[in-house]
Amino acid sequence: MMTTMPNIELAKATAAEAADEAATKVVARDVNVYYGDKHALHDVSIDIPEKAVTAFIGPSGCGKSTFLRCINRMNDTIPICRVNGRIEIDGSDIYDRGLDPVQLRAKVGMVFQKPNPFPKSIYENVAYGPRIHGLTSSKADLDEVVTMSLKRAGLYEEVKDRLASPGTGLSGGQQQRLCIARAIAVNPEVILMDEPCSALDPIATAKIEELIDELRENYTIVIVTHSMQQAARVSQRTAFFHLGKLVEEGPTEQIFTAPQDKRTQDYITGRFG
Amino acid sequence: MTDIAAPPPGARRFGLSPDEATARLKRRHAAEARFRAYGIGAIALAAIFLVVLISDVVVKAVPAFTEYRLTMTVTPTLEQVSSDGTTDPQALRSGDYDAVLRAGLQELFPQVTTRALRRKLNNDLLSSGAAMTLRDAVLADPAIIGRPVTIEALFDDAADLYLKGLMSGRRESVGQGQAQVALDGEDVVLTSSAPDFARALAEVKESLREEAAADRREAARLSAAAADLAPGDQREALERRIADLEGEAAAAEARAAATDASERLTSDLPSKLVFINGGIVKLTEISASEARGTVLVPLANTNAVAAGQWDILTLTQPEANRRLDDQVVAWLEDLKQRGMVASHFASRFFTSGDSREPEQAGILGALVGSALTMLVTLVLCLPIGVGAAVYLEEFAPKNRLTDLIEVNINNLAAVPSIVFGLLGLAMFLNFFGLPRSAPLVGGLVLALLVLPTIIIASRAALKSVPPSIREAALGIGASHQQAVFHHVLPLAMPGIMTGTIIGMAHALGETAPLLLIGMVAFIVDVPGSITDAATALPVQIYLWSDLPEPLFQAKTAAAILVLLAFLFIMNGLAILLRRRFERRW
Repeated sequence: MMTTMPNIELAKATAAEAADEAATKVVARDVNVYYGDKHALHDVSIDIPEKAVTAFIGPSGCGKSTFLRCINRMNDTIPICRVNGRIEIDGSDIYDRGLDPVQLRAKVGMVFQKPNPFPKSIYENVAYGPRIHGLTSSKADLDEVVTMSLKRAGLYEEVKDRLASPGTGLSGGQQQRLCIARAIAVNPEVILMDEPCSALDPIATAKIEELIDELRENYTIVIVTHSMQQAARVSQRTAFFHLGKLVEEGPTEQIFTAPQDKRTQDYITGRFG
Repeated sequence: MTDIAAPPPGARRFGLSPDEATARLKRRHAAEARFRAYGIGAIALAAIFLVVLISDVVVKAVPAFTEYRLTMTVTPTLEQVSSDGTTDPQALRSGDYDAVLRAGLQELFPQVTTRALRRKLNNDLLSSGAAMTLRDAVLADPAIIGRPVTIEALFDDAADLYLKGLMSGRRESVGQGQAQVALDGEDVVLTSSAPDFARALAEVKESLREEAAADRREAARLSAAAADLAPGDQREALERRIADLEGEAAAAEARAAATDASERLTSDLPSKLVFINGGIVKLTEISASEARGTVLVPLANTNAVAAGQWDILTLTQPEANRRLDDQVVAWLEDLKQRGMVASHFASRFFTSGDSREPEQAGILGALVGSALTMLVTLVLCLPIGVGAAVYLEEFAPKNRLTDLIEVNINNLAAVPSIVFGLLGLAMFLNFFGLPRSAPLVGGLVLALLVLPTIIIASRAALKSVPPSIREAALGIGASHQQAVFHHVLPLAMPGIMTGTIIGMAHALGETAPLLLIGMVAFIVDVPGSITDAATALPVQIYLWSDLPEPLFQAKTAAAILVLLAFLFIMNGLAILLRRRFERRW
C-alpha cells in the first residue's frame, strides 16, 4: 500500500489538471428527491466531468447515495421515491419519458456498498450483462468479453483457473472486483460506486483504489465514500453534501486544502460528522 | 475524561450492592434454568405422545403385512374351469374354479361327508381370492389343465386371524400320562395315567369361577344403575336382568364348587382339543379321571399313547365368542401339523384395490387415486401459486386492492377444508358437471385448498432473497422481469419448493373435502385416469376404520403407516431441498 501511494498521488496531480479541461459527462440541475413526505435532496446542481473520478463525501444520511442512485435511476425501484429536476448525460435527459431505464443502466454501471455477486459462477457473473444486452453473438466473443473485463478489473490472474467456481466463494475484495468486472462487461460510460470499500479490509481497499485510478482512463467514475482519505487519494473532483444539500463542489485539492464553506471545513477537519 | 471518572459531588449513585447483585444474578440464572426445564419437558411430552401413537399404529398394523396361505395340490379339469369345454381365454375366465378348490379340499379331508360339514369346509377355510389365484394360474398357462398343480390358496380372514393367533389365546399342554382311547358310539373316551384331565377340570372350574365373578360384577354395576332409575318398566327390566345374572353366577359357582362331578364343556367355556393318534378330539365332558369328546379330525387308530406323545390345546376364547368354530380350528390345526400352512408377506396389500373381503383388500386403488389427485393438484397450483406470488411480490402496485387480496389470501389459508369441499361440490360437480368421485375434481378442490399455502410460502421465499441481488441485476441493466426471473426466482425456488411440498403433504392427508365430492365410495378397481372413480388414501383409512372385521382394523393401521411414510418422505424431501439449495450470501 505504501509503495503504491506516491504513484497514485502523482497520477492524480496530472489527471486533475486534465480533468479541468475535460468535457462534462453528467449535468444535474435542481434535483430534488422525496421519499414519501421526506425531502431527501434539495436542489442539487452539479457537473461531473468525463473520464475523471468525482467523489461525494458527507455525513451519513446527507443524500450523497440518493443522488448517486438518481444518476442511473435506481431510485425508480423504490416505490415511494420521487425525483424532480433534470439530469443529463451527454446532453440528453435521463428522466425523459422516452428513455428506458434499462438502456440507461447499461450505460451507467453501478457498484454497490456490499459486494453482491450473483450466486453463480465467476464466468456467469461477468457474462450475464453482455448476454442480456446481446453484446456478443458467439461463445468465443463472450469468452473474450469476460476475460477482458476480468483483466481490466485486475481479477483475471487470480481467478483464471476457476472461472466455473461460484463468485460468492471469493474473498470480499475479490468479490468487489468481480462486481466491477461485471459492471464494465456491458461497456458502460459511467460507473457509479456506492462506498465500494466500506466492507473491505485496507489491502483490498488499496487494490480497489488502484483499480479505480486505472479505470479512470476509460470511464467516468462517481464514487460515494465515507473516507476522506480515500476521496483525497482517488478523486479529481469532490462534492460535499450535508443535510440533503450540495454544500460545496470543486477540485479535490481545493476542497481539502481551501474549502470555501465553513461546514466543509468542519467536516474535513473532523469537527462534526 | 475526568468528567466520566469522577461523578460530581452530591450526584445520586445508581446500582446494587455486591450482595444484591449476586442475588439478582442467581435469580436470573434460576429463571433461565426453569425456562430450559419447561422446554425440555414440553419436548419430552411431545416425543412420548409421538412414540406412543406411532408404536400403537405399528403394532396394530403388523398382522396386515402377512397372510397365511394353504399350499395345496389341485387338479383343474377342463369341465370345471371352462364354461364351453375349450381353452379359449374367454371361456376359462368364467370357469368354476371354486369347484376345483372344493375337490382339492375334499381330497385333504376325505372323511368329511355330511352336507353341513362340507359346506363349512368349502366356505370357512379359504378366501374367495383363492379361486382367483387359481384362475390366474390357469389363464397364464392353460397347459396345467388336467394335471395336478400346487397353488398357494389364501385363507379366509377369520382363519387367517386364527393362524396369526389373534382369534383366541392358545395354551398347549403335553399329556403327562399314558392315554387310553376308547370308542363309545360317536364319542371318544380318553383316560390318562396321570392327572391330566384333573388339571384340565381344575382349569374349567377356574374359568367358571371367573365367569361367575364377571357376572357378579356386571350385576353389581347394573344394580347401581338401577338404583338411580325411577320405578318403571326400564327398572324392572334391569332388575330382571340382574336376577338372571345372579342366577347364572350362582349356577356357575355351584358347578365350580362341585367336586368329583364331571363337567360339561359348553360353548361359553374355553374349548379343549386333544391331539392324539393323528386326530383331533374336542372334549365335551370332563371329569377328574376321564374325558369324553367328539372327533373333529379322525384318529388313525385307538391304540394307547405314551406320555408326551399327545397334547391338550386350550383355546381361551370360548367358541360362542369366536367367528371360527372348533371344527374349522381343528382343520386348521391339522393342516398346520401337516405342514401345509405358511405365512407369507402380504404383497397383495400393495398390489390390489379395495375389497369387501378383508383378506383381499389392498391400498393400490387408494394410492393411485391419491397420486392422480396430487398430480392434478400439483399441475394446477404450482404454476398458479408461484405466478400469483411473483406478481404480488414483485410486480403488483402496492395499493388498497393488493392489500385486500393479500389479506384474503391469508384468510383463505385459514378456511376449514370442508368448506372447500362444499365449494367443489357446488361448483365442479353441480355447475360444471365434472364426474363425481374423480381424482380430477379432488385435485381441483385440493388445489384450491393448497393455493393459499403455496402463495404465502412463495412470497416469503421471494421476500427472503436479499435486495442486493435484485439491485445487482438492475444495476447492470436487467429489466425488472429479467431480474426477477433470472435471479430472484431461482434463488427463491428452494423455499418455494419447500412450501409446495409441505402444501402437497397437507393435501395428501386431507379427507373432508374429498368426502363431499364423492371420493368416499367403495371402489374396487384401480383408477386408470383422472376421470375414473377413485378414492384417496386418507379416505380409504376412514372407510376401513369403520368396518368391524379385525383384519380391516389391521389394514387401517397399515394404510395409516403407508400414508405417514409418504408424508415423512415428502417432508424429508422438503428439508433436504432446503438444506441442499439454501444459499448463503
